[in-house]
Amino acid sequence: MSFLQDYIYYIGAFGLVFIGLFIMLTKHNLIKVIIGLSILETGVNLFLISVGYITNGTAPIFSKPGLDISTMVDPVPQALVLTAIVIGLAVLALALSLSIAAYKHFGTLDLRKIKEQRW
Amino acid sequence: MKKIIVIVLLSIIALGIFASLQQIPFGKSKSKVGKYYLQNSKEETGASNVVTSVVVGYRGFDTLGEITVLFLATIGLGAVLATFKKKENGQPEKASLILTTGCRFLFPLILLFGSYIFIFGHLSPGGGFQGGAVIASAFLLIYLGCRGKRVNKVGSSVLESLGGLVFIVLGLVGLTLGGHYYLSNFLPKGEYNTLFSAGIIPLIYIAIGLKVGSELSGIIDLMMEETR
Repeated sequence: MSFLQDYIYYIGAFGLVFIGLFIMLTKHNLIKVIIGLSILETGVNLFLISVGYITNGTAPIFSKPGLDISTMVDPVPQALVLTAIVIGLAVLALALSLSIAAYKHFGTLDLRKIKEQRW
Repeated sequence: MKKIIVIVLLSIIALGIFASLQQIPFGKSKSKVGKYYLQNSKEETGASNVVTSVVVGYRGFDTLGEITVLFLATIGLGAVLATFKKKENGQPEKASLILTTGCRFLFPLILLFGSYIFIFGHLSPGGGFQGGAVIASAFLLIYLGCRGKRVNKVGSSVLESLGGLVFIVLGLVGLTLGGHYYLSNFLPKGEYNTLFSAGIIPLIYIAIGLKVGSELSGIIDLMMEETR
């Protein structure tokens, strides 16, 4: 039980990762696969942020004098996740445009009905 | 059948991750790099938001790569969508008066809020990417609410090129004037925790905000063109 309390953020983050992987592996609709990719990415970002957290920590911003750096969370994972969110947005937009192109070419988004693909 | 195989595979992966996660304590000490940034960012960059000083100051070159990735994604999206012929199906249906007036009222306020986020990125939570996303959401509101209005293509591409150019030129000027590395902070740091502080960091964040805002608006424009 104490494991659940201590690691609830990690469990939630990897829960999202596994939900995303499950959707990507079992669904046949291209849009649903992209939604699964997006959920997976959210889980990874949440995991990175929660690694940098310290208990009762504040945001790493010196907005007023007298803030102690020992109560601040780690800024490095936050900067990395800022990058990861933007890259994820770019990947999402490109994947959606490719699925628009696939729909116009094949007339369907079902991966089983696209005959030309080879695994 | 397929779902059972997938669940078995995922639970094997979950067991491996569960074993390794117990080695990472939650809510405990920071990395050495994080401690260094927290202790020295005040003197070295002058920005009171440490995340901003990491993103634009210490790792500014990474951020240049990041906006290049976003730029490439926009180009790729335009290239993929332009390979198909557009079918013209006349004027879109007009929205109601309340919706149109509400959009016109909210549009400048959202633009103002987005610019606030990226101008104050070195003092408060926020920055160029977040402000750019808010500005793009204003254009999305116009596309959804006031049908028939479009983004000015020339103005958008001018702002986008200007943003990238300002970033690169500031980096090169820092290379020649300030220190011996790209994007070194050559402007005076100013008074701590005020708007005109932290040297080139607010200038770079304004450039990033303009670039990201116009790129995301361009993505919205290309995607919405398909539905016309």
